[in-house]
Amino acid sequence: MSTEHDMTSFAFTPENLETAKKIIAKYPAGRQQSAVMPLLDLAQRQVGWTSLAVIEYIAEMLEMAPIRVQEVVTFYTMYNQQPVGQYHVQVCTNICCLLRGSDGVGETARETLGVQWGETTADGKFTLVEVECLGACVNAPMMQINDDYYEDLTPESTKAVLEALKRGETPAPGPQGGRQFSAPEGGPTTLLGDLTFGPEKA
Amino acid sequence: MPKLTIDGTEIEVEAGVTILQAAETIGIEIPRFCYHERLAVAGNCRMCLVEVEKMPKPVASCAMPVGEGMVVHTNNANVRKARQGVMEFLLINHPLDCPICDQGGECDLQDQAMTYGGDRSRYQEEKRAVEDKDYGPLIQTWMTRCIQCTRCIRFISEIAGTPVLGGLGRSEHLEIGRYVGAAVSSELSGNLIDLCPVGALTNKPASYTYRAWELKKTESVDAMDALGSAIRVDTRGNEVVRILPRVNDDINEEWLSDRSRFAIDGLKRQRLDRAYVRKDGKLAATSWSDAFAAIAGKVKGVAGSKIAAIAGDQTDVETMQALKDLLIALGSGNMDCRQDGAKLALGNRAGYLFNSTIAGIEEADALLIIGSNPRVEAPVLNARIRKRWLKGGFKAAVIGPKTDLTFQHDWLGDQASILAAIVAGTHPFAEVLKNANKPAIILGQGALAREDGAAILALAGKLAEASGVIKDGWNGFNVLHTAASRVGGLDVGFVPQAGGKDTAGIIAGAASGDISVVFLAGADEVDMKGFGNAFVVYLGTHGDAGAHRADVVLPTAAYTEKSATYVNTEGRVQRTRLAIFPPGEAKEDWKVIRALSDALDKPLAFDTVKQLRERMIASNSVFAGEGVVKAAAWTGVGTEGALSDTPLASAIDNFYMVDPISRASKTMAECTAEFGGGCGCNSKKKTGTHG
Amino acid sequence: MLRDQDRIFTNLYGIHDWRLKGAQSRGDWDDTKALLAKGRDAIIEEVKTSGLRGRGGAGFGTGMKWSFMPKTEGARPHYLVINADEGEPGTCKDREIMRFDPHKLVEGALLAAFAIGAHASYIYIRGEFVREAEHLQVAIDEAYAAGLIGKNACGSGWDFDLYVHRGAGAYICGEESALIESLEGKKGQPRLKPPFPAGVGLYGCPTTVNNVESIAVVPAILRRSGAWFAGLGRAKNSGTKLFCISGHVNKPCNVEEEMGISFRELIDKHCGGIRGGWDNLMGVIPGGSSTPVLTREVIENCPMDFDGLREAGSGLGTAAVIVMDKSTDIVRAITRLSRFYKHESCGQCTPCREGTGWMWRMMERMDKGCATIEEIDLLQQVTKQVEGHTICALGDAAAWPIQGLIRNFRPEIEKKIRARNSSAA
Repeated sequence: MSTEHDMTSFAFTPENLETAKKIIAKYPAGRQQSAVMPLLDLAQRQVGWTSLAVIEYIAEMLEMAPIRVQEVVTFYTMYNQQPVGQYHVQVCTNICCLLRGSDGVGETARETLGVQWGETTADGKFTLVEVECLGACVNAPMMQINDDYYEDLTPESTKAVLEALKRGETPAPGPQGGRQFSAPEGGPTTLLGDLTFGPEKA
Repeated sequence: MPKLTIDGTEIEVEAGVTILQAAETIGIEIPRFCYHERLAVAGNCRMCLVEVEKMPKPVASCAMPVGEGMVVHTNNANVRKARQGVMEFLLINHPLDCPICDQGGECDLQDQAMTYGGDRSRYQEEKRAVEDKDYGPLIQTWMTRCIQCTRCIRFISEIAGTPVLGGLGRSEHLEIGRYVGAAVSSELSGNLIDLCPVGALTNKPASYTYRAWELKKTESVDAMDALGSAIRVDTRGNEVVRILPRVNDDINEEWLSDRSRFAIDGLKRQRLDRAYVRKDGKLAATSWSDAFAAIAGKVKGVAGSKIAAIAGDQTDVETMQALKDLLIALGSGNMDCRQDGAKLALGNRAGYLFNSTIAGIEEADALLIIGSNPRVEAPVLNARIRKRWLKGGFKAAVIGPKTDLTFQHDWLGDQASILAAIVAGTHPFAEVLKNANKPAIILGQGALAREDGAAILALAGKLAEASGVIKDGWNGFNVLHTAASRVGGLDVGFVPQAGGKDTAGIIAGAASGDISVVFLAGADEVDMKGFGNAFVVYLGTHGDAGAHRADVVLPTAAYTEKSATYVNTEGRVQRTRLAIFPPGEAKEDWKVIRALSDALDKPLAFDTVKQLRERMIASNSVFAGEGVVKAAAWTGVGTEGALSDTPLASAIDNFYMVDPISRASKTMAECTAEFGGGCGCNSKKKTGTHG
Repeated sequence: MLRDQDRIFTNLYGIHDWRLKGAQSRGDWDDTKALLAKGRDAIIEEVKTSGLRGRGGAGFGTGMKWSFMPKTEGARPHYLVINADEGEPGTCKDREIMRFDPHKLVEGALLAAFAIGAHASYIYIRGEFVREAEHLQVAIDEAYAAGLIGKNACGSGWDFDLYVHRGAGAYICGEESALIESLEGKKGQPRLKPPFPAGVGLYGCPTTVNNVESIAVVPAILRRSGAWFAGLGRAKNSGTKLFCISGHVNKPCNVEEEMGISFRELIDKHCGGIRGGWDNLMGVIPGGSSTPVLTREVIENCPMDFDGLREAGSGLGTAAVIVMDKSTDIVRAITRLSRFYKHESCGQCTPCREGTGWMWRMMERMDKGCATIEEIDLLQQVTKQVEGHTICALGDAAAWPIQGLIRNFRPEIEKKIRARNSSAA
């Protein structure tokens, strides 16, 4: 992912162009506008953000007025209207995370990265933002880094994840406390029998 | 037909009608901001909430279709409470700047706040401020005042067909804005100002120059293009402050083109406010009597055949009738109202009218446009064609300039030979026309004002006859004029009389010395260098081309300064009304000619405008029917001949500068600099409509 | 407690293989052709019999919703749209279905689409669920490859295409008409209703929008019978339900339980009780952030289902149970929700656009105590001015948490105001 993106021009790589065609084909003929969100995502994955060049390129590809694409870009939070760091660290601070200690996660993240909310580290590696509920509430508090969720965070595990990334390692996503996804800590209270052959039929 | 009860009154209305519309039929007006009858329903302002019995929540009456047995309350305590709530929300972030807001006094928000607003604000938080946007020289934005009703977005996308505005961001940060790379350069952009229910979009050239309640309002007719849109001229003192459209569903619905609306500063600039006579090569101010004496000195003793007259594009019928009478009295048949030399069919009224009528174009299902760019020649008509296209089942094609017309069409090329191919049946579009129920042709001046104009006209006529464009109950043969004066001039017969010369003949005659006196009645768009040593008398409003060439200048009144007759491109006879007086010593044109006739010892047979109009009716009965279009009988048009290979182009190359008024307008000059000649032709900026 | 045999989501915790083979070993795709052979009407009837109410929050009868679709396909194709835009704070159940039991959703999509006469279906998944979308796509690809969907799905003669469409960060797209707008490539602004999606939905065509969980339980209902499902839970509140219990319980978790289980049993059986014991319980948001907060007295023995919680003055919503113990700064917690709704308002209609901002700002002041006691009443009035006046339910959702706070915890707000005023004095 490059943050150095020429503002004045954009084009899909040949590989992404093929992907784009496949995406457009998912929608009925004449409804190619439906592909605007996936194509913006594809473009953002290619260059890191959705510049005006991206908007105009996709508008032309989908036969849309550029303003309609710009509306979409500004409406949805996942389109980065400015370049972001190599690691886009998004800390949820909504109610469930708040109740389980997202204050500490946020504070640790800011300290570890040395930036405030909304800022990018000087080396361009990390952008830290506060986000709304990401839908992993029973594994709160949590943060999303690029495409992965890091859950059941403590200040310590938050620091550990970020430090690992700084070192160029790839910390394992998922619950950081070691539990089985969203099962109760210590092990499930249900589904304890052998279910390999499916439940009985009534 | 569902029956329902609204505020105790039982009514029966058509199915599919909304509660708001149903209420209107019995005189109940429901407040609204976002709703507009000519735009798609948005339902977002929530001001039109009403209570419907058995529905759990108040409903938006603008969007809710009527249902059988509905019992609706439009003004009970619950409804008022709901609206008060909405009004409070609209006001919390709206600035309290009514005293300095140009919309003050005609603001929907202000008016409705009188009914539904509180007497003080309960909002203690910081108010939202929104950055103003640059919409160009015509529209001033005050985005903090915006209530996000989205009328502007809907107009520019749906009606104008130039989708450059949108709602950016979301939540309380939703802002209306334009696409960064695009200009708000629709030829209809001024309508955004009318549509904006608050002071977020205001008239930029008129900023801070008026309060709505001080203005005198005069209902009139536009003369800036050949549509004759219904307008209201708002004046203060002896100054036109603004021009607004009036509703006329036959012509302009309620829209107006930007030139018609914003060229008005041209009414004040470079005006001729007294007579001039050329002395020692320079024009010197003089009195009416000296000017007349100078003319009389030249005209008296000159043979009638050496005198000629050309009428310009904004010249009214009264003037042309009077001038025609005067020339005939002087023994001249040399006159023409076609300063561009358009090869218009004379004597065949259907051959020079927009026969389907403007509203009637909505019935057409196929359209061939020849040598015209309706978007710049008649933007309001273009919006109608777009409206027709949006309804579906409509196929359009263009032979002429390749432009974005805001409706889908096939560009067939710009050669007249394509028309010949269609007539011959060798071009596929021939089938489209033949298979259509109501096919139509629009023939522009760009196709007629050229050497082979008569041949093109003949081909178009032939095609119309052969393709069902003209048949029982339908005449889709449409000549689109660009000059407000043209149809009136043809109707009054301001054309070469027996043995007389047309525009080209007059100019050639002046150059060779066969013509020694030329009257130019507001004619500025002819080649002034061609008049050789002829003595030129210019009657007109502006120090434009004609005045610069003239030997005598007689100052006359602009269309806002007189009651005058114009016939629009459909053949509809309409009258302007005097909104202000002409400047200085300028006089209504026909009066000038009447007075001149005395000075020339050829007194004309009328003394009042009433008598003059009777004279007009006597020469052509169409002038008796004001406001109506009478179907004209079709006879053949044009003269077959060779076709030129010069590309067909529009008659207008810069939408913003077409006539002496718009050429004198600073606002129009700014638009030209900002937008180029209008985005239909040679736009400098992206319009945001590609695709 | 629900018997394991009656549990539908048997790989809820991702312990087993989520791919086709594993799913088949757990009974998915078992003679689906026979289920389709029952015919459209019989399927809708069976789902009606089950009493299944939509699991996305509104609780509308799923079978009833399907029956609103035109009986025969006209010129306009029918669409099934599956709402996987899970974003209601507290809710994280659809995520587990999509990453650990995706074949239940794919199979359910085929059955539901067949029932409503749709040959195409889109799953609209929230953009942040990148990995979940990947699993789903793998499952779909597997199903195509195995002939379970696609042309002549399961050999039934019915053609069925299923697509994943990713969102991009907008809570409002969980509202069905906003979701449709978004799927059409526009801003996710809710549409005015009527017309409803069953008449004019995706691309102007008849459309049914169902939640992931609603669709994913359909194969089990058709295999085991509607009567089996209806026999679980209470009348009109039948079946099993995925609960997401977050906040101040000892062991937050997702669990599939019987509808109508009491709050106390739910917490004690699966979550190891309230943190610090039951006496430490302050309040509970029982159905995701949009439902009003309840006190211990009201909720402790309340049946956790649509009608039980409605009678208690709140709602089941998405069954996202957010538990708050006495350490909670409940004013701050609700203020955080107000900020969320302000952030997620689509901005289209006046009361929501302006009201969510006003409510949040007042809540921020309440949280800091920078307010007067009288302003609590003004805040309450503002919530009432928003509620019921908006195009979609987001306005209500923004108003209710505050109303719940004022109704049940007004002293907490007053305490902050008094503390601030006395420290200032």
